[in-house]
Amino acid sequence: MVKKMEIPKSFLGFKRENGRAGTRNHVIILPVDDISNACAEAVANNIKGTIALPHSYGRLQFGADLELHFRTMIGTGSNPNVAAVIVIGIEPKWTKRIVDGIAKTGKPVEGFHIERTGDIGTVMKASKKAQEFVMWASEKQREECPISDLWISVKCGESDTTSGLASNPTVGNLMDKLEPLGVHLCFGETSELTGAEKVCATRGATKEASDKFMKTWSAYNDFILKEATNDLSESQPTAGNIAGGLTTIEEKAFGNFQKIGSCKFVDVLEPAEEPTKGKGLYFMDTSSAAAECVTLQAAAGFNIHLFPTGQGNIVGNPIEPVVKLTANPLTVKSMGEHIDCDVSKILSREMNLSEAGDKLIETTLRVANGRLTCAEALGHREFVMTKLYRSA
Amino acid sequence: MATDIIIHDKKDNVGVVVIEKITPKQDCKCWIMEDDSSTDIQSMDEIPLGHKIAMIDLKEGDTILKYGHDIGKVVKSIKKGEHVHVHNVKTKKW
Repeated sequence: MVKKMEIPKSFLGFKRENGRAGTRNHVIILPVDDISNACAEAVANNIKGTIALPHSYGRLQFGADLELHFRTMIGTGSNPNVAAVIVIGIEPKWTKRIVDGIAKTGKPVEGFHIERTGDIGTVMKASKKAQEFVMWASEKQREECPISDLWISVKCGESDTTSGLASNPTVGNLMDKLEPLGVHLCFGETSELTGAEKVCATRGATKEASDKFMKTWSAYNDFILKEATNDLSESQPTAGNIAGGLTTIEEKAFGNFQKIGSCKFVDVLEPAEEPTKGKGLYFMDTSSAAAECVTLQAAAGFNIHLFPTGQGNIVGNPIEPVVKLTANPLTVKSMGEHIDCDVSKILSREMNLSEAGDKLIETTLRVANGRLTCAEALGHREFVMTKLYRSA
Repeated sequence: MATDIIIHDKKDNVGVVVIEKITPKQDCKCWIMEDDSSTDIQSMDEIPLGHKIAMIDLKEGDTILKYGHDIGKVVKSIKKGEHVHVHNVKTKKW
């Protein structure tokens, strides 16, 4: 039989002030709102080794939508893959709120507002601080960290039958092997679980977690029923899904669901909410759009992402490295520059699931130790805020 | 060790074609992933890559199991070795 791989007990990460560990050491320039993007990008252009995170929102939002905006901003700055943060906003109040939120981690953070100064003066002041931060961060060394310092998020995209057959179960195999070692895990995609929601609910570690999941899923489903003019049978599965062999929405959902292996989830998180119940698997209420989902998971503190794909999704994130795997040999052949881990040999039975899971663990640790992902090398930095409803 | 069909779970009553296509009367090798075991089946239809084959006879109202879970109901009886898809299986959702 197959030899069992010895799973490494540690990886080389960046230890942070709050006890977390990062797989990366970014200095980010974070705009509070859309109109501060220009300033943030100018600072990142001035000071080498920093990255700006431009986005489209942050003005006239209110209620739960505004809270989500702040949670995403503060969470992104607080992520352990980030060494230090420059926050730039138009107004002092919201800028300060984000700076204060990030400062709780103990990492260097400084805010600048543009009103009464203008872009040029703000860029000058912020650039000086960014230079100080990036030179300070450049001296940080990777140190040995327990594997339990890994917070792994997952999401699949451009799925086809090879996803449900092989690449999603490979992620599930990794989860089954790493969960007992004390890592944090997170899956999302509320909409894509439709059809498997009742079985998913039974995976709650407690009745409270199961009930919370059903409540979250039902709220989503009610929204769909309210907006839809007919049932979803014309759009789920899609025509492309059907051509590929998927027959029902249940089949599609269970293919997606393979990503969590046999793990149970300890809690249900709001979008971008940091888990607080310790190690284990969490479900987060997210969109199934790739960049939105990964952005929310990164903002919740996850420091490495696994992304199984069939037809070849190419998404990346500015702060959380996104590891792509596929079991589709055609995708490996035609767009290999996007694939970090090839598990296509499962389909020809030259590799079993456990071997594929081991290969993915190996890839994940190499990336955690600093190897660039394909998406990082290709410059994919999709940072997409989730918006709950229109602004005032 | 090459395989023509992959079956996820021992409980499943369908398998998925993983070669370009299988042709009628083809003797196919099947791999049950859950326990890494093997079985075989003779096909009745031409079935393309990614599509499903019935591993047993199924009658109207039966439940299709894949991944060990209920993925829909049989709406037109299906013989062992036949193509399983939207023409003979429907969701239970709507």
